[in-house]
Amino acid sequence: MRLDGTVIAVVALGYLGLLFAIAYVGDKRADAKRSLIANPWVYALSLAVYCTTWTFYGSVGRAAATGIGFLPIYLGPTLMAVLWWFVLRKMIRISHANRITSIADFVASRYGKSQLLGGLVTIIAVVGIVPYIALQLKAVAISVGILLSDPATAESASSAAGSANDHAFYVAVLLAAFTILFGTRHLDATERHEGMVAAIAFESLVKLLAFVLVGAFVTWGIYDGLGDLFRRAAAEPKLAPLMSLSSVGGQYAGWGSLTLLSMFAIMFLPRQFQVAVVENVDERHLRKAVWIFPLYLFAINVFVLPIAFGGLLLFPDGRVDADTFVLALPLHEGQLALAMLVFVGGLSAATAMVIVETIALSTMVCNDLVMPILLRLGLLRSAGARDLSGMLLGIRRGAIAVVLLLGYLYFRLAGEAYALVSIGLISFAAVAQFAPVMLGGMYWRNGTRNGAVAALIAGFLVWTYTLLLPSFARSGWLPIEFLEQGIFGVALTRPQALFGLTGLDQITHCLFWSLLANVGCYVAISLFSRPSVSETAQSVRFVDAFSGAAAAPPIWRGSASLDELRKLLRRFLGAARADEIFAAYGRRRGWSARAPVQADAALVTFAERELAGAIGAASARAIVASVVQEEPLQIDDIMRILDETSEAIAHSRALEQKSRELEAATAQLRAANERLKELDRMKDDFVSTVSHELRTPLTSIRAFSQILFNDPDTDLPRRKEFLGIIVNESERLTRLINDVLDLAKLESGRAKWHVETFDLRDILAAAVAATGQLFRERGIGIDTLTHVGEALVDADRDRLMQVLINLLSNAAKFCESGTGHVELALRRVDGFFQVDVADNGPGVADEDQEFIFEKFHQAGDTLTAKPHGTGLGLPISRQIIEHFGGRLWLRSVPGAGATFSFTVPALDPVRVTPPEMRAAVRSSP
Amino acid sequence: MTRVTLTGQRLVALFLLGCLLLNFPLLYLFERPATVGDVPLLFVYVFVAWGALILMLALVVERADTDGASRGPGAGG
Repeated sequence: MRLDGTVIAVVALGYLGLLFAIAYVGDKRADAKRSLIANPWVYALSLAVYCTTWTFYGSVGRAAATGIGFLPIYLGPTLMAVLWWFVLRKMIRISHANRITSIADFVASRYGKSQLLGGLVTIIAVVGIVPYIALQLKAVAISVGILLSDPATAESASSAAGSANDHAFYVAVLLAAFTILFGTRHLDATERHEGMVAAIAFESLVKLLAFVLVGAFVTWGIYDGLGDLFRRAAAEPKLAPLMSLSSVGGQYAGWGSLTLLSMFAIMFLPRQFQVAVVENVDERHLRKAVWIFPLYLFAINVFVLPIAFGGLLLFPDGRVDADTFVLALPLHEGQLALAMLVFVGGLSAATAMVIVETIALSTMVCNDLVMPILLRLGLLRSAGARDLSGMLLGIRRGAIAVVLLLGYLYFRLAGEAYALVSIGLISFAAVAQFAPVMLGGMYWRNGTRNGAVAALIAGFLVWTYTLLLPSFARSGWLPIEFLEQGIFGVALTRPQALFGLTGLDQITHCLFWSLLANVGCYVAISLFSRPSVSETAQSVRFVDAFSGAAAAPPIWRGSASLDELRKLLRRFLGAARADEIFAAYGRRRGWSARAPVQADAALVTFAERELAGAIGAASARAIVASVVQEEPLQIDDIMRILDETSEAIAHSRALEQKSRELEAATAQLRAANERLKELDRMKDDFVSTVSHELRTPLTSIRAFSQILFNDPDTDLPRRKEFLGIIVNESERLTRLINDVLDLAKLESGRAKWHVETFDLRDILAAAVAATGQLFRERGIGIDTLTHVGEALVDADRDRLMQVLINLLSNAAKFCESGTGHVELALRRVDGFFQVDVADNGPGVADEDQEFIFEKFHQAGDTLTAKPHGTGLGLPISRQIIEHFGGRLWLRSVPGAGATFSFTVPALDPVRVTPPEMRAAVRSSP
Repeated sequence: MTRVTLTGQRLVALFLLGCLLLNFPLLYLFERPATVGDVPLLFVYVFVAWGALILMLALVVERADTDGASRGPGAGG
């Protein structure tokens, strides 16, 4: 069975075309602000760029050699994902706040925007990732070779490998062209690639689907389910070790170091940083990605063991490379369509990795390696106002081509001697060198630039010596004696048994020594070197990213012209984008028609940040520094500014507190003001009512006086009548004025009270006696009912008398003459004595019942009926009763009389000296 | 705030649990000839433990998702 080369080429190109289409749609949607990737599922799927051909082809190969030894590579990321909520979220927060676009940028930025560190990280990343790229080339090349040959025949393995060299070259060229076209389509050199992320997420689906399908086919198509497959495998004595832990490379240490290695890889591989941090559109997507991504890893690994055992059972003699089982099994069974799908799955795994990895690397090479060199050489300064964004893209494209070329070279030099996974692990070990300076940078404020430089150099050198060089040696490009005897035959320098350390697998061995050197240098040198000013400032921004220190005002002093800054941005970002950025900034800052001539610290920092998005933090710093006049800041200044910041925060908190208190006070004042206004209005009402009430009797007095004055001939009876009216009205006037004065005294609290202890019954009798004349005149009966023996109260006798007389005379006034009857009752209710004055008059209408206690309010229509009183009696009475702690109220059914009641607190009988005692006391000398 | 730190503590605990379950020496416990439906016990254990870890992780973060709706921007971490 074999497939035609043209079919493969057409399928491959067709698939790549589809990716283009997806990326195109993704970018269009991004431009239209309807992002295709703004959802946690796409984010999680894009993270699955972690699964490359290593996973797709290599895992089975690894499983065929070590059983579950392939798994730590996926368990590590799962464990790391548990901690993502802390670590990755912080990385995202820091990176977005500082416009960090790559891992080199991150490290450089953290340690004082150091160009040296940026360059160092870039070199390590490129050298370290090259084997990984080679792995992808090898896998795709082999898969093409397998498809073109017939795996069932004896010569397949060797011929596939032999022809792979040629395929690999074409694959490398094709991938380079594809990535250049794909990743750097835009002329604006900004950091985000929404279309690419959409395509990567799609690729993740394709490779998962392909792998699961082939796994299901092997399990249920070739064999009769998992049970059958493993039962047959168990029958093969050769396969027994694979089912135990004995074949796992390195045992304890190997398992642990692979787990640790993959934990670092998922965080610090340049492509993972690209998709997880740089391309992250929303921090909250992390919540879902935290479990979707491990779930993806789980799903793509479920069928690794079945495929591995299936392949080992079917090809027992080792003629077929286990790395190719995924493709060889369906091909062997004649499933050409499935084989084609597997090929596409492998291609998608490879292209996704190569695209993201090379884009990430090219950004680093451009921003942290080439730009600083160009800056040093002064090439950028002499370029004048020329737009450099095109040049940036050119550099990136070149970098992509170079990285792929290096990958191809490594494949030719060393790739053939290793299985896929072993090649990948070399890269993982290189990337692990970033872990101390990255994690330390995020959580340890005292890590310094010098410490980081030393750590990276030391770790990288040990890695090169213990892992990279041996891989060359094994391929015959270095003398093999180097491996076996060390340099100049000194056994202690053997690269895979350094200082005589044996018993570890080579990865664990390398990891131990390199991390020892790395962490040792980082910690030791950091503790014994003084950080520079900018390092201190940056360390705060990174370590305290969550506590708001990142939002602190920029630490910068100097002067710059706005025009210079604008020119600078135009050169690196293109005129259109730079103008757009400045316009947006101006709108935010509220610049009206004219922008200021001098840029302030905030603007300089803003421009630097925007520039950092395109050319990296370190280069941006250097370039901005070239156009602004800066005053050097001393470490004391930084500390002072930081202190000021925290002081300012404290002050602002205090201010907030004060402002809240002020608000409360304001509310109280407003309420008081309302009350005052109300009182003022009431006073006005009162004055106008009083005036009105005074005028009525005055008018009638004047009118009758005038009649008498003008008409001396009035007969005596009429004259007497008129004089009688005048006298009455004068009396009413006097009463009114007295009442007004009385009420005013009561209300202002200036009234004098003569409090004494007396018996209410006495008052009742006195009041009845005082109003007796009135009742008799009107022919109204009055009864007094006393339900208590003694009713002692503490009150002002005259005032209570006043209340009672007022109520009684009211009752007398409103009762029908002749038939009227008033009942006066005294009883005890709880702690009070209650006095009821009930009449059988017309009663008070419901709507008037509360109003009659208001000043000058008189029941009935005052316009037609002649008022009976001053209208102040009840308000005064209520004031008096309330003063003594009692109540005055009215119960009335219109037409059936009214009952006015008031209460006075009863005097506690215990405290009262009994009359006998009093008498005794009085009689004693 | 309390809810978020609690989620944080759950995650740390889960991380430690994962390190324990998916590592030596616990793996040794399951290295025996026994099978589950003909599949070696070791394989079954590793995948079940792994899957359970992912399930617990999903439960912890999704619960925090609904509970922590009123979370401030600087909380957690």
